[in-house]
Amino acid sequence: MMSPVPGPEAPATGAAAASSLSPASPPLLQLRGVDKHFGAVQALYHVDLDLPAAQVTALCGDNGAGKSVLTRCIAGIHQPDHGEILWNGKPVHIRGPRDAADLGIEVVYQDLALADNLDIVQNMFLGRERVHRGLLNEDSMERAAAETLRNLKVTTVRSIRQPVASLSGGQRQAVAVAKAVMWNSKLVLLDEPTAALGVVQTRMVLELVRTLRDHGLGVMVISHNLNDVFQVADRLAVLHLGRKVAEGPVADFDLQNVVQYMTTGSAHR
Amino acid sequence: MAKVEDELGRTALDEEVEPTAAAEIAAPPEILAESLGEYIRAWGRRVAGGESGALPVVLALVIIAVAFEIWTQGLFLSPQNLVNLFIESMVFMTLGMAEIFVLLLGEIDLSAGYVLAVAAGIAGLLVQKPGPNWPWWLAIITALVCSGVTGAVWGLLVSKLHLPSFVVTLAGLLIMWGVMLVILGNAGVVSIASRILVNQHVLYQIVWGNIPPVAGWVGLAVLSLLFAGITISRDFGRRRKGLVAPPPGLTILKIAFFVAAGIAVVAVCNVNRGSSLVVLAGVPWVVPIVLVVLLLWVVLLQRTKFGRYVYAIGGNPDAARRAGISLATVRTWAFALAGVTAGFSGILYLSWQGGTSTNVNGGQYVLYGVAAAVIGGTSLFGGRGKIAQAVVGGLVIGAIYNGLYLQGVQVQWQLIATGLVLVGAVLVDTLSRRGTLSGSATRI
Ligand SMILES: Nc1ncnc2c1ncn2[C@@H]1O[C@H](COP(=O)(O)OP(=O)(O)O)[C@@H](O)[C@H]1O
Ligand SMILES: [Mg+2]
Repeated sequence: MMSPVPGPEAPATGAAAASSLSPASPPLLQLRGVDKHFGAVQALYHVDLDLPAAQVTALCGDNGAGKSVLTRCIAGIHQPDHGEILWNGKPVHIRGPRDAADLGIEVVYQDLALADNLDIVQNMFLGRERVHRGLLNEDSMERAAAETLRNLKVTTVRSIRQPVASLSGGQRQAVAVAKAVMWNSKLVLLDEPTAALGVVQTRMVLELVRTLRDHGLGVMVISHNLNDVFQVADRLAVLHLGRKVAEGPVADFDLQNVVQYMTTGSAHR
Repeated sequence: MAKVEDELGRTALDEEVEPTAAAEIAAPPEILAESLGEYIRAWGRRVAGGESGALPVVLALVIIAVAFEIWTQGLFLSPQNLVNLFIESMVFMTLGMAEIFVLLLGEIDLSAGYVLAVAAGIAGLLVQKPGPNWPWWLAIITALVCSGVTGAVWGLLVSKLHLPSFVVTLAGLLIMWGVMLVILGNAGVVSIASRILVNQHVLYQIVWGNIPPVAGWVGLAVLSLLFAGITISRDFGRRRKGLVAPPPGLTILKIAFFVAAGIAVVAVCNVNRGSSLVVLAGVPWVVPIVLVVLLLWVVLLQRTKFGRYVYAIGGNPDAARRAGISLATVRTWAFALAGVTAGFSGILYLSWQGGTSTNVNGGQYVLYGVAAAVIGGTSLFGGRGKIAQAVVGGLVIGAIYNGLYLQGVQVQWQLIATGLVLVGAVLVDTLSRRGTLSGSATRI
């Protein structure tokens, strides 16, 4: 199905500088010349993008710029028309969400794929339940879920057995993220994780994003909110009408030129 | 642009809603409480917040019982009548269980009443002599398999062709009605009331045979010990391992309630309801048989992947799909299991009536089945409900049916009364759903 097994992992901590500088370890995931069209609409045009391990890459762009399509190409929901995807430097074909999951790529979707009527543990293990002699092994799942939440410093939920319907927006987002990262994932894509959240809850989710990075995961965050982006991102890339018009360390950007890139596709540095 | 406005609008709506109070209402009290007192207080908050759980239906049952007891001047709660009521309720209960399988998915099965009728017809015909004269167990299995296959067909139409289950099973209702008329033929009646033919007699004894009183007590003792052992080892085991567990007081209360209910049922059934010459006492066999089916379905829905997926699909089909769950497979199986359970209620019907005929009103029965599930607390909108709720719901319907019958009230009033109770149940369901929806809208 999918070609190479992921190579040796990037070092877990303090890898931020190392993984982008040392030529020995290529970025976790690279897009090279990715095109994607739907009928007459060219949603992505020759996009190159690097997503290194242990760094947060923010993907910015106006509505319709192609951010969600790009995410879905990485997640295996769309197949690029042209171009290639490199995982640890080796070309891979991601033919579906299963392939992506097998590589260690998890997506937290804009609309949160959680079932309101199930509790936190049940949601985190949905589709990958642990069974013992044909029956669900609730104890084992509950312990693993609790540990994941502890590692991510998600401590505001009162009980991991409460239904997701009773959680706040930030807590729900945290559960969705925890669900994504508990499968040994190496790259997490977050589509507008703070779009519907208030200030306190946004802060909590951004903190969670930093925790993921500190655990050595590659993170890509899509966001409209440039405040969030500058708070949390190490790197920044801008899409404009399907073209990548800028990419680099966050220090190379300021609020003004990012807005210019997003709206016009170019800017004075 | 519209999207930005939307997002701004939602952000503006949301602001800083840290839902501590709301969360305490929506979360089940047993997972938040540390002690029995705390549990009761959390439960009280939930009821006050509109999440009343099993309270309305239990209250309804008590009110119905007291009202009929007064109205019938002590006839309603007499041991003899209570046993009748249990027996009559069994068909409603099992039809309710059948509906819960599909209601949990947010679907409905309108064919269940005539699946019941066809299953009763098949089992009844297969034990005729002269005729096939099959062994009773083979007749039962054949009827159940046919019912399951029927359900699977509806399930395939719903899940593969994306037809609405309401329409598919409405067609199913008509088809099975026709099938029932075909298999019962010109005579239109099948009897299994022979006392000489063993295979007929066994079927008849399912409902009308009784467990000897002493054996009833022994069985209850064994059952109680099993229940207590399993509950204690699970709850206290989880508590010891630091997992979420109900407060110890609640565990004890659960066991006490189970034992008390068991004692009440056995005591009532063991009163002689015959005469001083011909003693008629004991728990009807149908009670433990339905209990076993109930237990099987509880385990299937609460303790297996399949059950988990049924709830997930009912709660959020997109989430289930993204989790890699095959929606079509789970839906088809749920319809098949609803069919099997409806077939099982057909066997009970056959036994209860000592036969079956073309007069079975499958349209009315299926509505009683849906009503039993909804009155018990299962949501029509999917994702919320428990198989055991069919037991309480079935008892409510059985009680109305039985009490009005005792008073000699005409059938039209039975229909009207049951309909009113159903409207009340749907109202509770819709109001509590609206409550949680408006609650979560401010929380997203
Ligand atoms: N499945 C699809 N079929 C057709 N067009 C699509 C599809 N998905 C996205 N598009 C188009 O591709 C462009 C980029 O969309 P999208 O990636 O959703 O933008 P955004 O950056 O706001 O997430 C838009 O013009 C959109 O209409
Ligand atoms: Mg988008």
